[in-house]
Amino acid sequence: MAKKLKKVDVVVVGSGWAGGVVSAELAKAGYQVVTLERGKKQDRRDYIGVKDELRYTNRYEMMQNLSPETITSRVNIEDTALPVRTRAEMMAGTDLGGGSVHWAGATYRWRPIDFELRSKTIERYGKEKIPEGMTIQDWGITYDEMEPYYDKWEKTAGISGEPDPLGDKRSNDYPNPPMLASPAVKLFKETTKKMGYHPYQVASGNLSQAYTNPDGEKLNACMFCSYCTMYGCDFTAKSDPLATVIPTARKTGNCEIRTNSLVRRVLHKDGKATGVLFTDTRTGIEYEQPADVVVLGAFSFTNNRLLMLSKIGTQYDPTTRKGTIGRNFNGQFNITFLGARGYFEKKKFNFYMGAGALGGAMSDFAGDNFDHSNLDFINGGGIEMRQYGDAAISSNHVPRGTPKWGPEFKKNSIHYANRSLVVWYTPAVMSWWHNYVDLDPTYKDEYGDPLLRITNRYTDQDRNIAKFGIEKCSEIMKEMGADIIDEDEVPEEFDHIYSGGHYAGGIIMGADPETSAVNNYLQMWEMDNLFVVGGSAFPQFGGHHPTSTIGALAYRAAEGVEKYLKEGGPLVEAKQATLNA
Amino acid sequence: MTEPRQPDDTQKGMSRRNFMKNTGLLAGGLVGGSLFGGLLTNQLQKPGAPTNTEKEDNHLLEARTFFSNAEDFLILSAATERLFPKDDLGPGAIELGVPYFIDRQLAGEWGMNAKEYMKGPFLQTGAADPYENQEEMTQDRGPNAETQVPTPAFRYQTPMTRGDIFTEGVHALEQTAQEKFETNFRNLEPEQQDEILQMFDEGKGKVNGVASTTFFNLLLQTTIEGAYADPVYGGNRNMEGWRMKEFPGPRMSYTADIEKEDFIVMKPESLRNYQGH
Ligand SMILES: Cc1cc2nc3c(=O)[nH]c(=O)nc-3n(C[C@H](O)[C@H](O)[C@H](O)COP(=O)(O)OP(=O)(O)OC[C@H]3O[C@@H](n4cnc5c(N)ncnc54)[C@H](O)[C@@H]3O)c2cc1C
Ligand code: SF4
Repeated sequence: MAKKLKKVDVVVVGSGWAGGVVSAELAKAGYQVVTLERGKKQDRRDYIGVKDELRYTNRYEMMQNLSPETITSRVNIEDTALPVRTRAEMMAGTDLGGGSVHWAGATYRWRPIDFELRSKTIERYGKEKIPEGMTIQDWGITYDEMEPYYDKWEKTAGISGEPDPLGDKRSNDYPNPPMLASPAVKLFKETTKKMGYHPYQVASGNLSQAYTNPDGEKLNACMFCSYCTMYGCDFTAKSDPLATVIPTARKTGNCEIRTNSLVRRVLHKDGKATGVLFTDTRTGIEYEQPADVVVLGAFSFTNNRLLMLSKIGTQYDPTTRKGTIGRNFNGQFNITFLGARGYFEKKKFNFYMGAGALGGAMSDFAGDNFDHSNLDFINGGGIEMRQYGDAAISSNHVPRGTPKWGPEFKKNSIHYANRSLVVWYTPAVMSWWHNYVDLDPTYKDEYGDPLLRITNRYTDQDRNIAKFGIEKCSEIMKEMGADIIDEDEVPEEFDHIYSGGHYAGGIIMGADPETSAVNNYLQMWEMDNLFVVGGSAFPQFGGHHPTSTIGALAYRAAEGVEKYLKEGGPLVEAKQATLNA
Repeated sequence: MTEPRQPDDTQKGMSRRNFMKNTGLLAGGLVGGSLFGGLLTNQLQKPGAPTNTEKEDNHLLEARTFFSNAEDFLILSAATERLFPKDDLGPGAIELGVPYFIDRQLAGEWGMNAKEYMKGPFLQTGAADPYENQEEMTQDRGPNAETQVPTPAFRYQTPMTRGDIFTEGVHALEQTAQEKFETNFRNLEPEQQDEILQMFDEGKGKVNGVASTTFFNLLLQTTIEGAYADPVYGGNRNMEGWRMKEFPGPRMSYTADIEKEDFIVMKPESLRNYQGH
């Protein structure tokens, strides 16, 4: 029997941007909050003096331990899914602050068309533009409605950037100016400008100057130390929950944050959530945490899996295309972020310096900024040149045709260590009837509960948009003066490598309960005191990195929870099937 | 090419006060003495302090803790040297300590697959097969692709740990040498060793339990890692790997250099220097 704890107003699962923002906002508003995090506690002191490439980049020190639990993966609905067994095949966050601590910090808002993709596509290009089986849909919220939440999150995080010349309406500039530009970033910006494009500096969660956020949290200027993506920042110069929302939640005195607490079920009775069941991973003791409202902010995988294990809502079934839980799995990996790598004979860059989000970008081929009438895909994406700062194991890129090993490999890898850079495209990813998540019939976690199973297949949309992006990147690389240009190849099929943490969907938002699981406050249609927050709510993926949209949605959800605690009931009226696929 | 030097704002070039100013620690008024002290590593606290790693070369740490059979270790060593040979650019795998690096990796958490999902059933047919032999550098894709070792990725679908795969793989190299050339792998001519390694790279070798590419890719990955990981792990001896590619090792800050056009060569420093023990 689980030990029953004292009831609180809100229990939040997960402590990344999603869970952290909700915890801080409700604790600030005076509600009693318990935040449960499966991983260990950590803070800035854990990152001092450990700039160690092997440990963090190659051995994934900060990523989820897959030994007790992972996901399974397959391409077709009739295949047998196999477990994703190693951390080289999957990056997912864990520990206090989650993946939001070891993110790189590249920050983009999504575009008006992303939020109304289905209706705007039909409006501009006609219904035939959307192929049969593509299940893209509107979010039930518009960019204009999202704008204040983006603004709020950018201020909390202290985002440093300059406006995108092709960007959308914003109520304020970024709270901090852009980072310093390295010669490689300048080269990208100058070249693309000459080509008639509209480059800008990537807005970053690596701060350009000292900053105090509206909650009074202090952040420092980034030092370009380069041990950034996949690392925690030892200078409190990266926008992450440890530097912002977690201390903000704590100092209210209203929020208890419990680490080593693995949530295994959402408890519910008569259509209402009553709390969660969790296990202390150090003692194995089970606890029940009762609460008036349950918020899941435990990243896409857990958000989906907990609802399925707890038997909440109706599982999506690809054969009938009915059901909402697990519908529209989507995300950016493998077939996205393709482009062209250039090798320079006469230039040598200081590529051992850098920062997670140091880079140049342009939005000329993002969203609907370009005409799609004669193109064989929908939506678009950003083009980026990033200078993460490569340590010695990563800086081993060699021109195609070089053997993978032996004397020639050694010679070229050393010669080009500081002479190659990559320009890539970050395309949007559409959703399809055949891409979804459910529980695996075979593989189990350490408690005997089924693993989450992902079914994900590429389509012509994916391949065509990738090809388009590669061509554009290659043209830019040529103008930048590269002597050798290697264009990425478009993969035929998904290879089950879950790289980079951009996995989404499954508990998607919308206006119609037939095709969405949550409303535009991230409140479950079927259980109004349960909110599911994070990338799991994306009906399809926008053409830029996701995290500021997750942060913005978390602010929106926090507002919803507060509203619910005051007024109760569903916060949005359901719209009936007007836009069915 | 410029002479080796320190980055402008760390180490000897930068005072505590300048450091605070540059980072905004002063302006932001973030941290008091105790916290700030904790933030600093040796790079600021003891400018110019002599460092041990420059003189010692870790010889006391060089003993096998994974491979119990000395012959296996010598086969592994010979193979790594072919993948990353000594030449006029600098030392090869053996001189860099790569075999000891691999031995220690296999003896630890990574070699024992401690953080990997190792529950069955292990289906190695159908869905897993195509990935064993893929040529494509799949880690070149996706956000953060930049940070991966460029070797092909495969789907790991075997109950064997990485340690097991290496043991079987090394035995398979030896077996192949005996079958093809009737002598020990490590006594073969370099070209003959290459021929065998090439076979394994192409999936034409025979390793118990896994495709030969699975073993080969792990061997290649760890050889590169061993050449370039921090010397604390037993490879990259004396930071010679880093010196070859003019990599400076971990530094606190590049703020003063990030905008500079010229390539800056710095004298490498290791984690040990950085942590300041
Ligand atoms: C290497 C890397 C680089 C990235 N760089 C960028 C970038 O530059 N730009 C960008 O926009 N995005 C980036 N991302 C993506 C970004 O990290 C995520 O979008 C973001 O962190 C998601 O926030 P979240 O709060 O939803 O999830 P997380 O921050 O991962 O938080 C979820 C938390 O829930 C916890 N949890 C999960 N299951 C349970 C359970 N059962 N019980 C209790 N707790 C649980 C986890 O341990 C975790 O702490 C990157 C990701 C990675 C991996
Ligand atoms: S690059 Fe900047 S933000 Fe990233 S870890 Fe280093 S100092 Fe922190």
